[in-house]
Amino acid sequence: MPDSIYELWRKAVNDHRPVALATIIEGENLGAKLIVGDGIDSQGTLGDLDLDRVVVRDTIGELAGGRSGIRHYGPHGEAREDAVSIFIESFAPPPHMLIFGAVDFTGALVKIAKVMGYRVTVCDAREVFATKRRFPNADEVVVDWPHRHLEKVGDRLGQRDAVCVLTHDHKFDVPAIQAALATDVGYLGAMGSRRTCEERLERLAQAGADMEQVSARLHAPIGLDLGGRTPEETAIAICAEVIATRTGRVSSSLSDTTGSIH
Amino acid sequence: MKEIMDDIDRWRRFGHKVALARVVDIEGSGPRLPGASMAVAETGEVAGSVSGGCVEGAVVSEALDILSTGERRLVTFGYSDDEAFAVGLTCGGTIHLFIEPLDW
Repeated sequence: MPDSIYELWRKAVNDHRPVALATIIEGENLGAKLIVGDGIDSQGTLGDLDLDRVVVRDTIGELAGGRSGIRHYGPHGEAREDAVSIFIESFAPPPHMLIFGAVDFTGALVKIAKVMGYRVTVCDAREVFATKRRFPNADEVVVDWPHRHLEKVGDRLGQRDAVCVLTHDHKFDVPAIQAALATDVGYLGAMGSRRTCEERLERLAQAGADMEQVSARLHAPIGLDLGGRTPEETAIAICAEVIATRTGRVSSSLSDTTGSIH
Repeated sequence: MKEIMDDIDRWRRFGHKVALARVVDIEGSGPRLPGASMAVAETGEVAGSVSGGCVEGAVVSEALDILSTGERRLVTFGYSDDEAFAVGLTCGGTIHLFIEPLDW
Protein backbone atom coordinates (compact mmCIF):
# COMPACT_ATOMS: atom_id res chain seq x y z
CA MET A 1 0.00 0.00 0.00
CA PRO A 2 1.43 3.43 -0.85
CA ASP A 3 2.08 5.81 2.03
CA SER A 4 -0.80 8.03 3.10
CA ILE A 5 -0.34 11.78 2.75
CA TYR A 6 0.20 12.08 6.50
CA GLU A 7 2.87 9.36 6.33
CA LEU A 8 4.69 11.18 3.48
CA TRP A 9 4.49 14.42 5.48
CA ARG A 10 5.72 12.76 8.69
CA LYS A 11 8.68 11.07 7.01
CA ALA A 12 9.79 14.25 5.22
CA VAL A 13 9.54 16.35 8.40
CA ASN A 14 11.48 13.73 10.40
CA ASP A 15 14.20 13.54 7.72
CA HIS A 16 14.44 17.37 7.51
CA ARG A 17 13.39 17.31 3.85
CA PRO A 18 11.45 20.38 2.61
CA VAL A 19 7.78 19.53 2.18
CA ALA A 20 4.50 21.43 1.82
CA LEU A 21 0.92 20.40 2.34
CA ALA A 22 -2.08 22.11 0.69
CA THR A 23 -5.51 21.60 2.32
CA ILE A 24 -8.92 22.93 1.25
CA ILE A 25 -10.22 24.75 4.32
CA GLU A 26 -13.23 26.46 2.71
CA GLY A 27 -15.28 25.40 -0.30
CA GLU A 28 -16.12 22.08 -1.94
CA ASN A 29 -14.08 18.97 -1.00
CA LEU A 30 -13.29 20.38 2.43
CA GLY A 31 -10.14 18.74 3.78
CA ALA A 32 -8.89 17.50 0.38
CA LYS A 33 -5.09 17.55 0.22
CA LEU A 34 -2.04 17.74 -2.00
CA ILE A 35 1.54 17.25 -0.92
CA VAL A 36 4.71 18.37 -2.72
CA GLY A 37 8.32 18.28 -1.66
CA ASP A 38 11.90 17.24 -2.32
CA GLY A 39 11.84 13.63 -3.44
CA ILE A 40 8.02 13.55 -3.52
CA ASP A 41 6.16 13.81 -6.81
CA SER A 42 2.99 15.71 -5.96
CA GLN A 43 0.43 13.32 -4.50
CA GLY A 44 -3.20 13.67 -3.57
CA THR A 45 -5.87 15.73 -5.26
CA LEU A 46 -8.13 18.66 -4.48
CA GLY A 47 -10.84 17.15 -6.63
CA ASP A 48 -10.21 19.10 -9.85
CA LEU A 49 -7.23 18.60 -12.19
CA ASP A 50 -6.94 22.27 -13.16
CA LEU A 51 -7.09 23.36 -9.54
CA ASP A 52 -4.45 20.73 -8.71
CA ARG A 53 -2.10 22.02 -11.39
CA VAL A 54 -2.32 25.66 -10.20
CA VAL A 55 -2.02 24.76 -6.52
CA VAL A 56 0.99 22.47 -7.10
CA ARG A 57 2.73 25.37 -8.84
CA ASP A 58 1.88 27.83 -6.04
CA THR A 59 2.77 25.35 -3.31
CA ILE A 60 6.23 24.80 -4.81
CA GLY A 61 6.68 28.59 -4.73
CA GLU A 62 5.54 28.91 -1.11
CA LEU A 63 7.83 26.06 -0.09
CA ALA A 64 10.85 27.68 -1.76
CA GLY A 65 10.19 30.79 0.35
CA GLY A 66 9.43 28.76 3.49
CA ARG A 67 6.02 30.46 3.78
CA SER A 68 2.72 29.16 5.17
CA GLY A 69 -0.64 30.83 4.58
CA ILE A 70 -4.04 30.88 2.89
CA ARG A 71 -4.61 31.37 -0.87
CA HIS A 72 -7.93 31.74 -2.68
CA TYR A 73 -8.98 30.33 -6.06
CA GLY A 74 -11.93 29.75 -8.34
CA PRO A 75 -13.26 26.18 -8.61
CA HIS A 76 -10.74 25.38 -11.39
CA GLY A 77 -7.82 27.35 -9.97
CA GLU A 78 -8.84 30.74 -11.34
CA ALA A 79 -6.96 33.68 -9.85
CA ARG A 80 -8.85 36.56 -8.16
CA GLU A 81 -11.76 34.29 -7.21
CA ASP A 82 -12.56 32.82 -3.84
CA ALA A 83 -14.71 29.72 -4.27
CA VAL A 84 -12.05 27.71 -2.45
CA SER A 85 -9.60 28.70 0.28
CA ILE A 86 -6.48 26.61 0.56
CA PHE A 87 -4.07 26.53 3.47
CA ILE A 88 -0.53 25.88 2.33
CA GLU A 89 1.75 24.77 5.14
CA SER A 90 5.47 24.69 4.39
CA PHE A 91 7.99 22.77 6.39
CA ALA A 92 11.46 24.08 5.67
CA PRO A 93 14.45 22.41 7.31
CA PRO A 94 16.36 24.50 9.87
CA PRO A 95 18.67 27.20 8.52
CA HIS A 96 22.38 26.44 8.52
CA MET A 97 25.15 28.39 10.26
CA LEU A 98 28.70 27.68 9.22
CA ILE A 99 31.28 28.88 11.73
CA PHE A 100 34.87 29.04 10.49
CA GLY A 101 37.53 28.99 13.19
CA ALA A 102 37.58 26.86 16.34
CA VAL A 103 38.46 29.81 18.60
CA ASP A 104 37.43 31.05 22.07
CA PHE A 105 34.22 32.60 20.75
CA THR A 106 33.13 29.61 18.72
CA GLY A 107 31.62 27.54 21.54
CA ALA A 108 29.39 30.41 22.69
CA LEU A 109 28.26 31.15 19.12
CA VAL A 110 27.39 27.47 18.61
CA LYS A 111 25.23 27.58 21.76
CA ILE A 112 23.33 30.75 20.85
CA ALA A 113 22.84 29.64 17.24
CA LYS A 114 21.40 26.34 18.48
CA VAL A 115 18.94 28.24 20.70
CA MET A 116 17.88 30.17 17.58
CA GLY A 117 17.21 26.89 15.76
CA TYR A 118 20.18 26.71 13.42
CA ARG A 119 21.91 23.56 12.28
CA VAL A 120 25.52 24.44 13.15
CA THR A 121 28.78 23.37 11.53
CA VAL A 122 32.18 24.30 12.99
CA CYS A 123 35.04 24.11 10.50
CA ASP A 124 38.75 24.67 11.10
CA ALA A 125 41.83 23.32 9.32
CA ARG A 126 43.61 22.65 12.62
CA GLU A 127 42.86 19.12 13.73
CA VAL A 128 43.73 19.70 17.41
CA PHE A 129 41.15 22.49 17.78
CA ALA A 130 38.31 21.25 15.60
CA THR A 131 37.04 18.43 17.78
CA LYS A 132 33.54 17.31 18.73
CA ARG A 133 34.72 17.26 22.35
CA ARG A 134 35.37 21.03 22.30
CA PHE A 135 32.05 21.77 20.56
CA PRO A 136 29.60 19.20 21.87
CA ASN A 137 26.58 21.33 20.82
CA ALA A 138 27.61 21.57 17.17
CA ASP A 139 25.77 19.34 14.72
CA GLU A 140 28.96 18.81 12.79
CA VAL A 141 32.68 19.52 13.32
CA VAL A 142 34.76 19.49 10.14
CA VAL A 143 38.56 19.51 9.82
CA ASP A 144 39.27 21.29 6.55
CA TRP A 145 40.28 24.63 5.11
CA PRO A 146 37.15 26.79 5.23
CA HIS A 147 37.21 27.68 1.52
CA ARG A 148 37.59 24.01 0.57
CA HIS A 149 34.63 23.09 2.77
CA LEU A 150 32.59 25.89 1.13
CA GLU A 151 33.45 24.53 -2.30
CA LYS A 152 31.76 21.30 -1.21
CA VAL A 153 28.64 22.68 0.51
CA GLY A 154 28.36 26.26 -0.81
CA ASP A 155 25.73 25.51 -3.44
CA ARG A 156 23.34 24.43 -0.68
CA LEU A 157 23.52 27.78 1.15
CA GLY A 158 20.60 30.21 0.75
CA GLN A 159 19.13 33.43 2.11
CA ARG A 160 18.23 31.91 5.50
CA ASP A 161 21.77 30.61 6.11
CA ALA A 162 24.77 32.31 7.71
CA VAL A 163 28.56 32.14 7.43
CA CYS A 164 30.56 33.49 10.38
CA VAL A 165 34.33 33.75 9.90
CA LEU A 166 35.98 33.83 13.32
CA THR A 167 39.49 32.68 12.31
CA HIS A 168 40.98 36.20 12.25
CA ASP A 169 43.91 34.81 10.31
CA HIS A 170 44.18 36.22 6.79
CA LYS A 171 45.56 32.96 5.45
CA PHE A 172 42.23 31.29 6.25
CA ASP A 173 39.69 34.07 6.17
CA VAL A 174 40.54 35.76 2.84
CA PRO A 175 39.86 32.59 0.76
CA ALA A 176 36.90 31.73 3.02
CA ILE A 177 35.25 35.13 2.42
CA GLN A 178 35.86 34.88 -1.32
CA ALA A 179 34.30 31.42 -1.39
CA ALA A 180 31.34 32.61 0.71
CA LEU A 181 30.72 35.53 -1.66
CA ALA A 182 30.37 33.01 -4.48
CA THR A 183 27.36 31.47 -2.65
CA ASP A 184 23.83 32.83 -2.08
CA VAL A 185 24.32 32.86 1.70
CA GLY A 186 22.13 35.53 3.33
CA TYR A 187 24.57 36.58 6.06
CA LEU A 188 28.36 36.81 5.93
CA GLY A 189 30.36 38.23 8.83
CA ALA A 190 34.03 38.21 9.80
CA MET A 191 35.59 38.84 13.20
CA GLY A 192 38.57 41.03 13.89
CA SER A 193 39.73 44.33 15.31
CA ARG A 194 39.27 47.47 13.24
CA ARG A 195 42.90 47.14 12.09
CA THR A 196 42.52 43.45 11.19
CA CYS A 197 39.42 44.29 9.20
CA GLU A 198 41.23 47.09 7.31
CA GLU A 199 44.10 44.76 6.48
CA ARG A 200 41.70 42.06 5.42
CA LEU A 201 40.00 44.43 2.97
CA GLU A 202 43.39 45.21 1.43
CA ARG A 203 44.18 41.52 1.11
CA LEU A 204 40.78 40.78 -0.38
CA ALA A 205 41.39 43.50 -2.98
CA GLN A 206 44.86 42.10 -3.72
CA ALA A 207 43.35 38.61 -4.07
CA GLY A 208 41.01 39.96 -6.73
CA ALA A 209 37.75 39.86 -4.72
CA ASP A 210 34.79 41.81 -6.11
CA MET A 211 35.05 44.74 -3.68
CA GLU A 212 31.55 45.95 -4.48
CA GLN A 213 30.21 42.57 -3.31
CA VAL A 214 32.50 42.72 -0.27
CA SER A 215 31.18 46.09 0.81
CA ALA A 216 27.56 45.10 0.13
CA ARG A 217 27.63 41.71 1.88
CA LEU A 218 30.53 41.40 4.34
CA HIS A 219 29.80 42.43 7.93
CA ALA A 220 33.18 43.18 9.49
CA PRO A 221 33.81 43.68 12.34
CA ILE A 222 31.11 41.09 12.89
CA GLY A 223 28.09 41.83 15.10
CA LEU A 224 25.84 44.61 16.31
CA ASP A 225 27.37 47.28 18.51
CA LEU A 226 26.00 46.02 21.84
CA GLY A 227 29.13 46.81 23.82
CA GLY A 228 29.45 43.28 25.24
CA ARG A 229 32.75 41.57 25.91
CA THR A 230 32.35 37.94 26.88
CA PRO A 231 32.13 35.17 24.26
CA GLU A 232 28.41 34.76 25.06
CA GLU A 233 27.69 38.49 24.71
CA THR A 234 29.66 38.55 21.48
CA ALA A 235 27.69 35.57 20.20
CA ILE A 236 24.45 37.43 20.93
CA ALA A 237 25.75 40.52 19.10
CA ILE A 238 26.55 38.30 16.10
CA CYS A 239 23.18 36.52 16.13
CA ALA A 240 21.38 39.85 16.54
CA GLU A 241 23.12 41.09 13.40
CA VAL A 242 22.12 37.90 11.57
CA ILE A 243 18.47 38.65 12.49
CA ALA A 244 18.68 42.32 11.53
CA THR A 245 20.23 41.40 8.17
CA ARG A 246 17.46 38.92 7.45
CA THR A 247 14.71 41.34 8.47
CA GLY A 248 16.31 44.34 6.81
CA ARG A 249 15.92 46.42 9.97
CA VAL A 250 18.30 49.25 10.68
CA SER A 251 20.42 48.65 13.75
CA SER A 252 23.83 50.06 14.42
CA SER A 253 26.40 47.49 13.41
CA LEU A 254 30.05 47.77 14.28
CA SER A 255 30.76 47.83 10.56
CA ASP A 256 28.68 51.02 10.30
CA THR A 257 30.39 52.87 13.15
CA THR A 258 33.96 53.98 13.78
CA GLY A 259 34.44 53.97 17.57
CA SER A 260 36.13 51.37 19.75
CA ILE A 261 34.54 47.92 19.64
CA HIS A 262 34.16 47.38 23.38
CA MET B 1 4.18 19.86 13.84
CA LYS B 2 7.33 17.81 14.34
CA GLU B 3 7.04 17.98 18.13
CA ILE B 4 3.60 16.40 18.20
CA MET B 5 4.25 13.57 15.74
CA ASP B 6 5.54 11.11 18.35
CA ASP B 7 2.35 11.48 20.39
CA ILE B 8 0.21 11.11 17.26
CA ASP B 9 2.11 7.91 16.33
CA ARG B 10 1.61 6.50 19.80
CA TRP B 11 -2.14 7.20 19.84
CA ARG B 12 -2.59 5.74 16.37
CA ARG B 13 -0.67 2.59 17.36
CA PHE B 14 -3.28 2.11 20.07
CA GLY B 15 -6.01 2.58 17.45
CA HIS B 16 -7.23 5.89 18.91
CA LYS B 17 -8.83 8.42 16.59
CA VAL B 18 -6.91 11.73 16.44
CA ALA B 19 -7.99 15.25 15.52
CA LEU B 20 -5.52 17.81 14.23
CA ALA B 21 -5.99 21.55 14.79
CA ARG B 22 -3.77 23.88 12.78
CA VAL B 23 -3.47 27.68 12.92
CA VAL B 24 -4.17 28.80 9.34
CA ASP B 25 -4.38 32.56 9.84
CA ILE B 26 -3.91 35.21 12.50
CA GLU B 27 -5.11 38.81 12.62
CA GLY B 28 -3.54 41.39 14.85
CA SER B 29 -1.22 40.09 17.49
CA GLY B 30 -1.13 36.33 17.89
CA PRO B 31 1.33 34.22 19.81
CA ARG B 32 1.75 31.44 17.25
CA LEU B 33 2.24 31.61 13.49
CA PRO B 34 0.27 29.74 10.80
CA GLY B 35 1.28 26.10 10.95
CA ALA B 36 1.29 25.91 14.76
CA SER B 37 -0.60 22.75 15.56
CA MET B 38 -2.20 20.74 18.27
CA ALA B 39 -3.41 17.15 18.25
CA VAL B 40 -6.23 15.76 20.36
CA ALA B 41 -6.81 12.03 20.85
CA GLU B 42 -10.32 10.70 21.34
CA THR B 43 -9.19 9.82 24.88
CA GLY B 44 -8.84 13.56 25.55
CA GLU B 45 -5.03 13.50 25.55
CA VAL B 46 -3.45 16.61 24.00
CA ALA B 47 -0.11 17.42 22.32
CA GLY B 48 1.20 20.77 21.12
CA SER B 49 -0.42 24.20 21.33
CA VAL B 50 -2.01 26.80 19.07
CA SER B 51 -1.88 29.90 21.26
CA GLY B 52 -0.30 31.04 24.48
CA GLY B 53 -2.72 28.79 26.33
CA CYS B 54 -5.77 31.05 25.89
CA VAL B 55 -7.91 28.90 23.62
CA GLU B 56 -6.54 25.39 24.09
CA GLY B 57 -9.44 24.29 26.27
CA ALA B 58 -12.00 25.38 23.69
CA VAL B 59 -9.99 23.72 20.91
CA VAL B 60 -10.08 20.41 22.79
CA SER B 61 -13.89 20.45 23.00
CA GLU B 62 -14.20 21.43 19.29
CA ALA B 63 -11.76 18.66 18.37
CA LEU B 64 -13.63 16.02 20.37
CA ASP B 65 -16.89 17.12 18.76
CA ILE B 66 -15.28 16.88 15.30
CA LEU B 67 -14.01 13.38 16.12
CA SER B 68 -17.51 12.23 17.02
CA THR B 69 -19.21 13.80 13.97
CA GLY B 70 -16.31 13.45 11.49
CA GLU B 71 -17.06 16.96 10.19
CA ARG B 72 -13.96 19.08 9.66
CA ARG B 73 -14.31 22.84 10.00
CA LEU B 74 -12.74 26.27 10.21
CA VAL B 75 -13.00 27.77 13.69
CA THR B 76 -12.26 31.35 14.76
CA PHE B 77 -11.31 32.59 18.20
CA GLY B 78 -10.78 36.18 19.21
CA TYR B 79 -12.36 39.44 20.25
CA SER B 80 -14.34 39.79 17.04
CA ASP B 81 -16.13 36.62 18.05
CA ASP B 82 -19.35 36.57 20.10
CA GLU B 83 -17.69 34.15 22.41
CA ALA B 84 -14.83 36.55 22.97
CA PHE B 85 -15.33 36.72 26.69
CA ALA B 86 -15.45 32.97 26.98
CA VAL B 87 -12.39 32.11 24.92
CA GLY B 88 -10.72 35.40 23.91
CA LEU B 89 -7.00 35.74 23.36
CA THR B 90 -5.31 37.85 26.01
CA CYS B 91 -3.15 39.43 23.28
CA GLY B 92 -6.27 40.83 21.58
CA GLY B 93 -5.74 39.08 18.26
CA THR B 94 -7.92 36.68 16.29
CA ILE B 95 -6.84 33.21 15.24
CA HIS B 96 -8.38 30.95 12.62
CA LEU B 97 -7.92 27.23 13.07
CA PHE B 98 -8.72 24.36 10.75
CA ILE B 99 -9.69 21.33 12.80
CA GLU B 100 -10.09 17.93 11.20
CA PRO B 101 -9.88 14.23 11.92
CA LEU B 102 -6.48 12.78 11.02
CA ASP B 103 -7.97 10.35 8.52
CA TRP B 104 -5.66 11.15 5.60
